[in-house]
Amino acid sequence: MTTPATSELRKTALNATHRRLGAKMVDFGGWDMPVEYTGIMAEHRAVRTAAGLFDVSHMGEIVVHGPGALELMQKVTCNNVQKLAVGQAQYSGLMTEKGTFVDDLLVHKMSDTHYYLCVNASNQDKDFAHIVQHNTTGAQVENAGEYYTQIALQGPKSAAILQRFTPVPLASIKYYHFTHGLVSGEECLIARSGYTGEDGFELYFAPEHSEKMWFALLAGGEPDGLISCGLGARNTLRLEAGMCLYGHEIDDDTTVWEANLGWICKMDKGEFLGRAALARQKEEGVKRTLVGFEMTDKLIARDGYPVLQNGEKVGQVTSGSPAPFLSKNIGMAYVPPALSAVGTQIHIGIRSHQAAARIVPLPFYKRP
Amino acid sequence: MYPTDRRYTKEHEWIKLDGATGTVGITDYAQHELGDVVFVELPKIGAKIAAGQSFGTVESVKAVSEIYSPVTGEVAETNAVLGNEPEKINQDPHGAAWLIKIKLANPSEVNSLMDAAAYQAYIAEKQKETSA
Repeated sequence: MTTPATSELRKTALNATHRRLGAKMVDFGGWDMPVEYTGIMAEHRAVRTAAGLFDVSHMGEIVVHGPGALELMQKVTCNNVQKLAVGQAQYSGLMTEKGTFVDDLLVHKMSDTHYYLCVNASNQDKDFAHIVQHNTTGAQVENAGEYYTQIALQGPKSAAILQRFTPVPLASIKYYHFTHGLVSGEECLIARSGYTGEDGFELYFAPEHSEKMWFALLAGGEPDGLISCGLGARNTLRLEAGMCLYGHEIDDDTTVWEANLGWICKMDKGEFLGRAALARQKEEGVKRTLVGFEMTDKLIARDGYPVLQNGEKVGQVTSGSPAPFLSKNIGMAYVPPALSAVGTQIHIGIRSHQAAARIVPLPFYKRP
Repeated sequence: MYPTDRRYTKEHEWIKLDGATGTVGITDYAQHELGDVVFVELPKIGAKIAAGQSFGTVESVKAVSEIYSPVTGEVAETNAVLGNEPEKINQDPHGAAWLIKIKLANPSEVNSLMDAAAYQAYIAEKQKETSA
């Protein structure tokens, strides 16, 4: 094990809380984060059947506001920000000039001139620099990660649990929408969104209330089966739900067409960074495409393992893991389009084995 | 909590000697670091393995971990139970979830490994590093 001295790692406002609760802590992209509490299996199943509480304060927040805000957002992201209503959130990509991903992100529209972006922890500074570099519209751009704690309450019981702590009628918040209101007496941005494939909420609030909020929600949800969860379960949950993870399925070398994310790329919205390259690739066709697979052998595919055809490497696993709720071993991989049809047999190189797998539809799991 | 009837390695394996045959498993510390174990791959009976050489793999939901042989010898038996119940490694790492039995080329080789007290001191040091 190569755990560096913890003093070098960044900590969320809940760091001491996690340690006191006995979480197993790991270096997660430079952050000292809980990977698991009771175990990834139990935490994953709790989120599918009841609810789980996650500290995701390492995620970055960037605020874009002022009269030029919409124009700047339209320029740097590939989805159509014009279509957003106030109180609505949108999954999108921050684009390079090559039409590849600087990052993937959630864009929250606070007002016509104010956008609140939730970005990946390890990309936060890069994202901020990229947006500033392309800011020709006079918008104000702020790197605001330090000002917020972000807690995710996820699972079928999450609305019932959260409702006990807020006067906001949660039934009125549709999926991928948000509002402002009190939770446990503290002002929060309450978003109905998540990264687990379940119904759930993401709460953004001032860090000084972190521990109080954590313990209040945990105690209040305990009768419903709510437990603390770590980033290990978050990863297996998002993989079952077929969601992309930056650095795995998408990065600054992959495009929306390759990653099956065409639905977040609106070519008809007008000019944006990377649009020309994306138009070219759309016309020429992709050379690789993201697929979901399940192992038909007992072995487990892992990130980075090769996809083989006749013993030759033709692709690569981007994420691979046991799927705790589905009780099978699954993964996503880039393969040539000719091998991407559902039902196609592929092989994965696992140590000295060529393990059999089959292409299956994404997502692996869809909530009932 | 670490049994005194066996020896331990820095890679968190244990070996318990019975004549010239040693039973090998991973320690409670190792299973805890791994988390929920979901898959175990063990060598064939009769395979010759050298001290410090990887002879198998234990996988948790999150991680793949190679298992290194504490001694040199020949694999006499493997624990078939783990094929269907790998989670036993989390439940009873020092008992029912042994991995392999190995016929030692030189039984005195275990004397160079840590005893329970030395291993406990070794992991206490590790835990101090990660809980600053």
